[in-house]
Amino acid sequence: MLPISRKRVFAAAATLAIGALALSACASQRGGDDNAEGPADVDGTFVFAASSDPLGLDPAFAQDGETFRVSRQIFEGLVGTKPGTPDPAPLLAESWETSDDSLSYTFALKKDVTFQDGTPFNAEAVCYNFDRWYNWEGPAASEALGYYYNKLFKGYASSPDAAVFDSCTADGDLSATVKLKKPFAGFVAALSLPAFSMQSPKALEEYKADEVGGTAESPELTEYATSHPVGTGPYKFDEWARGEQVTLSAYDDYWGDKGQVDKIIFRTIKDPTARRQALESGSIDGYDLVGPADTGALEKAGFTMVSRPPFTILYLAFNQAVKELQDPKVREALSYAVDKDALISQVLPEGTEKATQFMPQSVNGWNADVTTYDYDPEKAKALLAEAGYTEANPLKLTFNYPVNVSRPYMPDPEQIFTVLSSQLKAVGVEATPKSDEWGEYLDRITAGTDHGIHLLGWTGDYNDTDNFLGVFFGQKSAEWGFDNPQLFTDLSDARGVADLDEQTKLYSDISEEVAEFIPGVPLAHPAPTLAFDSRVESYPASPVNDEVFNQIVLTK
Amino acid sequence: MLRTIGKRLLLLIPTLLGLSILLFWWVRTLPGGPAQALLGEKATPEAVARINELYGFDRPLIEQYATWIGRLLSGDFGNSLQTSQPVVDEFLRRFPATIELSVAALIIAVGIGVPLGYWAARRHGKAADNTAVVFSLLGIVVPVFFLAFILKYVFAVQLGWLPSEGRQDPRIDATHYTNFYVFDGLITGEFDAAWDTILHLILPAVALGTIPLAIIVRITRASVLEVQNADYVRTGKAKGVPGSLLRNRFILRNAMLPVITTIGLQAGLLLSGAILTETVFAFPGIGSFLSGAIFARDFAVLQGFIIFIAIVYALINLLVDVSYSLIDPRVRVS
Repeated sequence: MLPISRKRVFAAAATLAIGALALSACASQRGGDDNAEGPADVDGTFVFAASSDPLGLDPAFAQDGETFRVSRQIFEGLVGTKPGTPDPAPLLAESWETSDDSLSYTFALKKDVTFQDGTPFNAEAVCYNFDRWYNWEGPAASEALGYYYNKLFKGYASSPDAAVFDSCTADGDLSATVKLKKPFAGFVAALSLPAFSMQSPKALEEYKADEVGGTAESPELTEYATSHPVGTGPYKFDEWARGEQVTLSAYDDYWGDKGQVDKIIFRTIKDPTARRQALESGSIDGYDLVGPADTGALEKAGFTMVSRPPFTILYLAFNQAVKELQDPKVREALSYAVDKDALISQVLPEGTEKATQFMPQSVNGWNADVTTYDYDPEKAKALLAEAGYTEANPLKLTFNYPVNVSRPYMPDPEQIFTVLSSQLKAVGVEATPKSDEWGEYLDRITAGTDHGIHLLGWTGDYNDTDNFLGVFFGQKSAEWGFDNPQLFTDLSDARGVADLDEQTKLYSDISEEVAEFIPGVPLAHPAPTLAFDSRVESYPASPVNDEVFNQIVLTK
Repeated sequence: MLRTIGKRLLLLIPTLLGLSILLFWWVRTLPGGPAQALLGEKATPEAVARINELYGFDRPLIEQYATWIGRLLSGDFGNSLQTSQPVVDEFLRRFPATIELSVAALIIAVGIGVPLGYWAARRHGKAADNTAVVFSLLGIVVPVFFLAFILKYVFAVQLGWLPSEGRQDPRIDATHYTNFYVFDGLITGEFDAAWDTILHLILPAVALGTIPLAIIVRITRASVLEVQNADYVRTGKAKGVPGSLLRNRFILRNAMLPVITTIGLQAGLLLSGAILTETVFAFPGIGSFLSGAIFARDFAVLQGFIIFIAIVYALINLLVDVSYSLIDPRVRVS
């Protein structure tokens, strides 16, 4: 060992201290030399914080929001959405015609569109994609991977009897006809899902998109899904540094408006507080699902806040496996006991709408004249008394809610629980709180009978009523614990109707049927909030998250 | 010595086997399964059953364990449920980040801790000593995540001196060969990238290094105090051994033994402290990935990563034992 004098020890310590000072001084100059290449003196690089990495880059094998957020930039489908609504609108298909039996759809395709690898987009490419989905087998054909195709088109070439899809034919270069075996009223709307985006046939083949490797227990992503996604969208894939960020850059030959943003970086920041602080410290330009508690402070500090038109539903469900909740009077009383306005103003984000039924207003079949149970604590008490519950013998229920989780429809479950349980207490209901971590909570609610009244909700995927009512009340379930064959049949009948207008009417009646049955209390349609740096002038907020960054307007 | 090292490595096998059984049992007793975490609201009982069947979670525990250990022996740790990537790849991709962070934390802890502890001991009972003792106590009791949060709030959010998250500025286009970003920046000549990585390391490294720093100060101080009052030091002094020789050969070298042990133990503990620090700073190392894996019930990752960490921990301890004999010829590894 070298002898070290005491002086040297101090010298070393002093050097460290000076070094630390120097570091911090230089740090303040960080990020000052960005190469802004965007048009009109705008920094065209846009950094958006994602809560996780995408699960893959092939949207056909995805179902989660973070994966779709990336897909929306790279890919386009035949059908898009009208800005600010969940309603289908022309995208790669300029128009479509439906046959009289609603089993055949002919799409007129947009001209002069190319995939990012130069492959032309045409009828052949459309059919290649439909045939691709239909011919999946093995792990690809399972719910774990091809979730939406599995869910909506039911069967594959290997199980043609169950399949909704029949065939796709190219009638010339710019016209493709898709034939269905069974009526599917939501077909066109469903095509607006990123899962049904058009992908380059050449790239799909070259990078073996369907050769999902690994074993059934652990499917492995293909080369296509990890590093070569190719679509027709305004941005092409550059790089995916796993766990850190996904980088996209402008596709020069894009057919539409290129916009100001010419480079997108999706930065993975898991912790919600860390996302907020990253925005405050200037390392990102924006993030999604801002906590209601953060909204006010960020707005005051000058950040641009954007609320999505709500396409969510938060409800308080009654588990009718619990004896007390089988009494319609009790369910009605609980409905009158809830003050939705107070709940919304106290703990839900700005832009949240009050719910009268189990779907947001923009969904087909939303019923303006549905029976409502407006806040009336006296009536609630009277109904409880009629049902045999008094101060001496109060109604006792378990109130389940999840902790340490934030969902688009339920930003802070603990706060929602606190408000609701005090409202119930005011009419004499004794609610025993029971909280669980998210995974455990879902297990308890959806798989077992051991739960009472509970909080849950849903974010719609696209404009389809069955995607709300059918999910909740389509069959007997452990969550709701009731058996209502009439309701189940009505929902299943409505699902099979091919004509959209006719179907809308049926759903409207079903919504009333549900309101009278009172399976729970539809509470609110919370609006998810996004926060942006002040340089963001506008952001194309969409109820179904159909947000493409070429629509972002920047001021600097 | 080689034989001893070999023996120690052999002893690792039963340890790891025991750990693997406990681990396997533990992750599967976590409430709420991977299917629920994967499917969210879409977790209908049928969907959960299908996922469990697909991934084999519905089979008897013993059978699942046998399958897993069988694959593991052939080097296959399975795939992550969250990313569908092999667990080994995920580990190798993230481990360099954690090593970089741990090394930075250790440099801070040792570089400041040892001189400070030595200095405090030499001023035993004086104001400087007392201050050092109080601050080191403070360093031990402040929870890592709290310190991390405060550091970030003050230096990144309020003052804007240092970056608040990640390993490198998202806008920097750096080349990565080894995933050690500082090293990569140096070998490719992208010095701005290396420098940016260092800036990103400072706050998390200070947060992570504080507890080891405090402990090292205390151990060094105590050890130096003990040694400087030892008989041979007094004898040395009486015989007129020069001051620098006395301090460096007689005191410091002998006082370093317990300090080295402590550093070794702390180096291992850094790996677990990294879970909190990495989460707060969105630092893409094994810690933040592991905490995500707990929420996602990503069994393969939990099992694989913890086993890797155990191996690293054991190797660090072995290294510490070996280094004893280098410092103190009286100690023979045997």
